[in-house]
Amino acid sequence: MATRAPTGSRAGKAPAGQLRAEPGPGAALTREQKLDLYYYMRLTRSLEERLVNLYRQTKVVGGLFRSLGQEADAVGSAYALDRSKGDVLSPLIRNLGSMLVQGATPLEILRQYMAKGDSPTRGRELNIHFGSPERGFIGQISHLGDMVPVMAGVTLSFKIRKQDRVGLVYVGDGATSTGSFHEGINLAAVQRCPLVVIVENNGYAYSTPISRQTAAAELKDKASGYGIPGERVDGNDVIAVYEATRRAVDRARRGEGVSLVELVTYRRKGHAEHDNQSYVPEGEIERWESENDPLTRYVGWLTGIEGIAASALEQIDARVVQEIDLATDEAERSPVPESDDALIGIYADPPTLEPLWFREGVRSAVEKHERPASWGTHDPETVKATEDA
Amino acid sequence: MPEITYLEGIRQALFEEMERDENVFCLGEDIGAYGGAFKVTEGLLSKFGEERVIDTPVSEAAIVGAAAGAAHMGMRPVCEMQFIDFISCGYDMLTNYVATARYRAMLPCPMVVRGPSGGYVRGGPFHSQNPEAAFLHTPGLKIVYPATVSDAKGLLKSAIRDDDCVLFFEHKYLYRRIKEELAEGDHLVPIGKARIAREGADVSVISYAATLWKVLEAAEQCEKEDGLSVEVVDLRTLLPLDDDAIVATVKKTNRVLVVHEDTRTGGIAGEITARINELAFEWLDAPVLRITAADVPLPYAPSLEDYVLPQTADIVRGIRRLAAY
Repeated sequence: MATRAPTGSRAGKAPAGQLRAEPGPGAALTREQKLDLYYYMRLTRSLEERLVNLYRQTKVVGGLFRSLGQEADAVGSAYALDRSKGDVLSPLIRNLGSMLVQGATPLEILRQYMAKGDSPTRGRELNIHFGSPERGFIGQISHLGDMVPVMAGVTLSFKIRKQDRVGLVYVGDGATSTGSFHEGINLAAVQRCPLVVIVENNGYAYSTPISRQTAAAELKDKASGYGIPGERVDGNDVIAVYEATRRAVDRARRGEGVSLVELVTYRRKGHAEHDNQSYVPEGEIERWESENDPLTRYVGWLTGIEGIAASALEQIDARVVQEIDLATDEAERSPVPESDDALIGIYADPPTLEPLWFREGVRSAVEKHERPASWGTHDPETVKATEDA
Repeated sequence: MPEITYLEGIRQALFEEMERDENVFCLGEDIGAYGGAFKVTEGLLSKFGEERVIDTPVSEAAIVGAAAGAAHMGMRPVCEMQFIDFISCGYDMLTNYVATARYRAMLPCPMVVRGPSGGYVRGGPFHSQNPEAAFLHTPGLKIVYPATVSDAKGLLKSAIRDDDCVLFFEHKYLYRRIKEELAEGDHLVPIGKARIAREGADVSVISYAATLWKVLEAAEQCEKEDGLSVEVVDLRTLLPLDDDAIVATVKKTNRVLVVHEDTRTGGIAGEITARINELAFEWLDAPVLRITAADVPLPYAPSLEDYVLPQTADIVRGIRRLAAY
């Protein structure tokens, strides 16, 4: 099938013949699983749309990060893990979909964005920066590439303990320039850790296009330098993403070590909601929207080639809206954090810090006036006596 | 029990903790077949195998980051920095990722980062550093820096059992120069508790690591030559600082000298001075004084290194000055 990839940034110019207008066969997936993929993609998009509304109502305390147009890469890759085996992933800022697949709930996401006291991080961290290892996801930090060494260690523990578990870590095109990415992937490769590295190439790191990020023709080429297999696929084809990631997951599970999968996609919104995308060539966003939207493509395939009735998808859409409505109401009712909760949990021991003296604390000589008798010159009695004399 | 060195104390702690808990494992550069640049981990590989004694690429950020990931999964990694000078290559992982993990994500990070530190060994600017102050400012980390064989062994065992990340600084000057006989049994020293290394009444000197021994020499000299009774406090743990022990010695002698091998500006002596100011100002009969390295990268030539680092004679001068104030 001829490519219909828009041009512009280098990610936009996906190699001719690789971008498919319709998702691939997906023969290994059941009908239920195919609908599952649709559910998570739709949930991701609709939940972010709800967050935009809340953001405009100033109910989102900090920035808002969208994954519009990248839902297929997040959902399809995470779906390739085996949750029943305890596989673990570490998401990035545009992997809301991956977290939902692993079991994060809309309520958690909403509370987190709204800085509520009962959010997963009790108001300590922003947006989707949170984890739940027991459900198979570990929270990211803002420093790009840092989760690669961490996931190298997570999967190293699987190897040491001979567990049948696989790890998956997301990096963007920008993070491939960091030292942590290099060190982490190299260590994991040498140790043959059961790790899949997903490189989401969405064309931009904040405002910097891929052409200024690397001189490499394709990010998958970096894999050969680490002695691991690398594959590049259409990141807006959820089935292709699933299949490629699944191949890498299976290799990891067989003890064949690390794989790199480059997912070519496109970031249709700015780095965050405030970003006006003035650096994007004219027409580029619109072309991706009209010609290569992952949800539109998937719906077309499901209702066309797969013969799934539109009503089945509408039912899922209605379920998604209902879930988000319920979660929004509940999140709005959630309390803000108690201020002094800020002093709890820096360490296991001591579990709580004392307030500083200018708050409730009193641990200061200034407060206590512990004045030894030998300390003469500033004794008010002495001063008074001297003055009187 | 035979006498053992500071280095052997550390090695024993590693052996004992790895035997006690299968979740403990070591990773670092050249720690396996070679046994480490200073041979601290010698014998570990043959005893525990290469799954638990891991020779890594030259990648301090990956060593620290991987340790954090394994720690999240319930393991207790012990990372070796070949020289502690290279811990700066893992600074981002330690301060941004590891130190914040429990607080921001409720993710435990029970791990130890240890390595040979300090000067007096003609190691030059990149094999002599004392980078403890760079981490003192990071909530979420703990820092220990033992001066004795007993503390080296007992604090490392406690650090491995601690549920948070402990930076364990080992003074390479002390590795083979001091010996001690330790009692049999599970030898643990608690983190967060300072120790009175010498009782005294006239002047207090607060120090840690290699300079502790120079302080003890100076105290001895001042007693003999000046009749001064000098109290010496060995901090042992730098984060969290033992405020109670610091205040207790201030109240006892009312005159305090803080001595460390690290450079002066932004060093831990400044923090200790500030705490004394806030907690025990009215118990002071003299300003708190500092004896530290000069604010320069540590030079190589003996005449330069000896000039930059605190020496016993400097400490004697400090004690006398305080006593005369």
